[in-house]
Amino acid sequence: MTSLTSLTLTEARDGLRAKKFSARELAGAHLKAMEEARGLNAFVLETPEHAQQMAGQSDQRLKKGDARPLEGIPLAVKDLYCTEGVRTTACSKILENFIPAYESTVTGNLWRDGAVMLGKTNMDEFAMGSSNEASAFGPVQSPWRRKGSNAPLVPGGSSGGSATAVAARLAPAAIGTDTGGSIRQPAAFTGTVGMKPTYGRCSRWGIVAFASSLDQAGPFARTIKDAAVLLRSMAGHDAKDSTSADVKVPDFEKAVGKSVKGMKIGIPKEYRVPAMPAEIEKLWAQGAEWLKKAGAELVDISLPHTRYALPAYYIVAPAEASSNLARYDGVRYGLSVPGHDITELYQKTRAAGFGREVRRRVLIGTYVLSAGYYDAYYLRAQKVRTLIKRDFEQAFAQGIDAVLTPTTPSAAFAIGEKSGADPVEMYLNDVFTVTVNMAGLPGISVPAGLDGGGLPLGLQLIGKPFDEETLFSLGHVIEQAAGKFQPEKWWAA
Amino acid sequence: MTAPAKSSKLVKGGNGEWEVVIGMEIHAQVTSKAKLFSGASTEFGGAPNSHVSLVDAAMPGMLPVINEHCVAQAVRTGLGLKAKINLKSVFDRKNYFYPDLPQGYQISQYKSPIVGEGKVIVDTDDNQTVTIGIERLHLEQDAGKSIHDRHPSMSFVDLNRSGVALMEIVSKPEIHSVWDAMNFVAKVRQILQYAGSCDGDMEKGNLRVDVNVSVRKPGAPLGTRCEIKNLNSITFIGHAIDDEARRQIELLESGGKVEQETRLFDSVRGGTRSMRTKEEAHDYRYFPDPDLLPLELDEKFVKSIADSQPEWPDEKRERLIQDYGLSLLDATKLIRERETADYFESVAKGRDAKAAANFVINELAGRLNKEATSIEASPVSAKQVGTILDLIAEGTISGKIAKDLFEIVWAEGGDPRAIVEKRGLQQVTDTGAIEKVIDDIIAKNPDKVAEVKTKPKALGWFVGEVMKATQGKANPQAVNELLKKKLGI
Repeated sequence: MTSLTSLTLTEARDGLRAKKFSARELAGAHLKAMEEARGLNAFVLETPEHAQQMAGQSDQRLKKGDARPLEGIPLAVKDLYCTEGVRTTACSKILENFIPAYESTVTGNLWRDGAVMLGKTNMDEFAMGSSNEASAFGPVQSPWRRKGSNAPLVPGGSSGGSATAVAARLAPAAIGTDTGGSIRQPAAFTGTVGMKPTYGRCSRWGIVAFASSLDQAGPFARTIKDAAVLLRSMAGHDAKDSTSADVKVPDFEKAVGKSVKGMKIGIPKEYRVPAMPAEIEKLWAQGAEWLKKAGAELVDISLPHTRYALPAYYIVAPAEASSNLARYDGVRYGLSVPGHDITELYQKTRAAGFGREVRRRVLIGTYVLSAGYYDAYYLRAQKVRTLIKRDFEQAFAQGIDAVLTPTTPSAAFAIGEKSGADPVEMYLNDVFTVTVNMAGLPGISVPAGLDGGGLPLGLQLIGKPFDEETLFSLGHVIEQAAGKFQPEKWWAA
Repeated sequence: MTAPAKSSKLVKGGNGEWEVVIGMEIHAQVTSKAKLFSGASTEFGGAPNSHVSLVDAAMPGMLPVINEHCVAQAVRTGLGLKAKINLKSVFDRKNYFYPDLPQGYQISQYKSPIVGEGKVIVDTDDNQTVTIGIERLHLEQDAGKSIHDRHPSMSFVDLNRSGVALMEIVSKPEIHSVWDAMNFVAKVRQILQYAGSCDGDMEKGNLRVDVNVSVRKPGAPLGTRCEIKNLNSITFIGHAIDDEARRQIELLESGGKVEQETRLFDSVRGGTRSMRTKEEAHDYRYFPDPDLLPLELDEKFVKSIADSQPEWPDEKRERLIQDYGLSLLDATKLIRERETADYFESVAKGRDAKAAANFVINELAGRLNKEATSIEASPVSAKQVGTILDLIAEGTISGKIAKDLFEIVWAEGGDPRAIVEKRGLQQVTDTGAIEKVIDDIIAKNPDKVAEVKTKPKALGWFVGEVMKATQGKANPQAVNELLKKKLGI
């Protein structure tokens, strides 16, 4: 039965409907794989009872021929999504025992469509990180290893657990969140498909907030088609989120396999950064070539404000985070460390509850919003943001349908390699992905090849607002040309 | 920047006159069943923490959604303040830590409020009017309540108020006397009540006022101001300003300097004391709330609110004067509350307006005041008062009997006309019957008859006797005429 874990989401869907296996068997196979892979530390909470109970319900519906879109599909859920009655921690000590009394809109949509929850996945604390090393539950180990080395590698972050679960076949698909690249970068590092939809496409209600104007939910899967199917269930307008967009959710699956003939693909020169490995440069050209072969037209474009995106992002995101995380004060829920007065209670609770990276960003955010610094930092960063957005708008106005870039400036690195004294080294991982969040656009990372060390690399496609369909069509072309990438299983219980 | 105050408003100090400059911030709780950004109830007096939603408690991942009714209330109030309605406004976060502020920030409007500049016309104590500029009105969330006196080592927090919608109305620093300040608050409260956007109940804390006070020599630039926080009665506002202005004048005249600070008014001992200095002021790190899109209104929305607003107090007063020929004073009294004006108008319809105004102001309002009852709860309806006035006009009852009749209706209810008939309260206009009574009194009181010949004022004694004998039912006019005839004066 272990072969059940190698099925893609859509294969599993079709197999369930054809009654080749039951939802309980499918869930069981994945729960077993999760147990064996505990060494990877991808899950911070396994929910086997939940999974079996939900799968049992799915089996009943499948039996009656009453299957919903995701009937019986097991999924891994980033621990940033609040799940009713199931511990939700954002991988922070400050929420280590928090059990929500409510279900996030996105996970609620998935259960409504018949999906089965396998467990909650590891992540950087409050989604702040690019390697999954900043988790209160310890780092996630990538299922990938460099050829000839046993050195543990990072899966990327912050949604490292979800990416690992999908890459290591612990779940056919998973959900993550992406504030500056937290889905696309780990997808690239693990050879999986990861999409950040247009800001407003998925509801943020019930997702522990990091940076409200940038956070967006999105899918991880092993194929473009699977990601399309999953996104359709996740997405939709939600009156409980004022920033959720009231736009129709198309049948994304239909876009997969659609011709890309005549589409104009922008190749932005500003993404050719110094010290970018030659193999990434090569892969980028290769990706462009594949799209050209499929009938798309390549156009050199300029997105002149790209270089300001990263510094501006590291002002806007911490600013919002410093305010969003103020609620974790030890007064109503979560960790509370007593003090002799309220100020000391705050100080002790937050010092003990937040990890180093979270504390750093809260301090940065507090600083940039302070009187006398607001105009120089926050306001300026917002102006930069407007310019970045305008760069893309101008490209799209020229007739560009999508922009092709590398997802990351390097392949996965070793655990510990970039967690030294200079946080900027880590922040540079997001250099190609933050622009997309700053502009609120959809972006997808598609596995496109392996580097010399046998590690996966991804290409990123950036689309117009609410035009995820074009990204699925183009992504599919790359997927077909590049093939699929799977780590060799070296882990065991 | 501001017009100099009239000399009559200047305050005498030890060495010359001072001008007081006052600006106000009025925090008015929006009348709404639900809170500003959550569906939780706003009912007053619920068990602690019984009206708290997941949003109000700032649970992880919860998001605010604006309550359209509260927006409409702010727009309506803005229209009453003759202010500019901003079709685009922005909600900001005001960040600070306190246990009764679960989010760690208050959602407010900082740079782009929903309502801009406006004006309020205030009656002064010398029967003039003064126009006070409104700087802005913005919407914000209230905090919860911290309770520190129930336990020796712990504090309690009640989040029922957390997230309740408030309007902060900010005046320009254009108020120059205690009376104007008090009248300004009363007038704004009246506008809020006319709008139905705030009940103005200061005892419940639904209307709270912060006052900024500074003093200067007439014509000099503005002095350093102090803010007195959280005043919850109009009388306290008057005392606080008076005490604070005196404190500043004494300080300056003795060579001191006013420090910009926040002060508290001590309503028991009088005077204000320092709460925190400028250096101790919070840095609130305002920034636009990324959970909320800018609030955009269209002209149609604003117009529909304007069209549905019956009448503002100034317009109503003008109309009562024009349409009913009332005096400024009577009209002012009648429009104090919209309900009183409505009551008056239904009484006055088809009747003598002055008589209606007198009755409502003197009899009804006096009685309501005595019982501390509102006009909505009046046991005597406008229809009943109308009937009483009709009975007077017809000559069926006298004015004096009307007062008694009003008391009966107040206590027992019923149709005044039926009561008059049943209890025989009709005026005696039968001259024969009155003559008989008069003859009887003249016969029994020869000394009084002699007296009245030289002192015509003694006629009053006779009138009183006749009235007494007829239980007040004799028509006073007829009594007078007959007495004069019979006594030969």
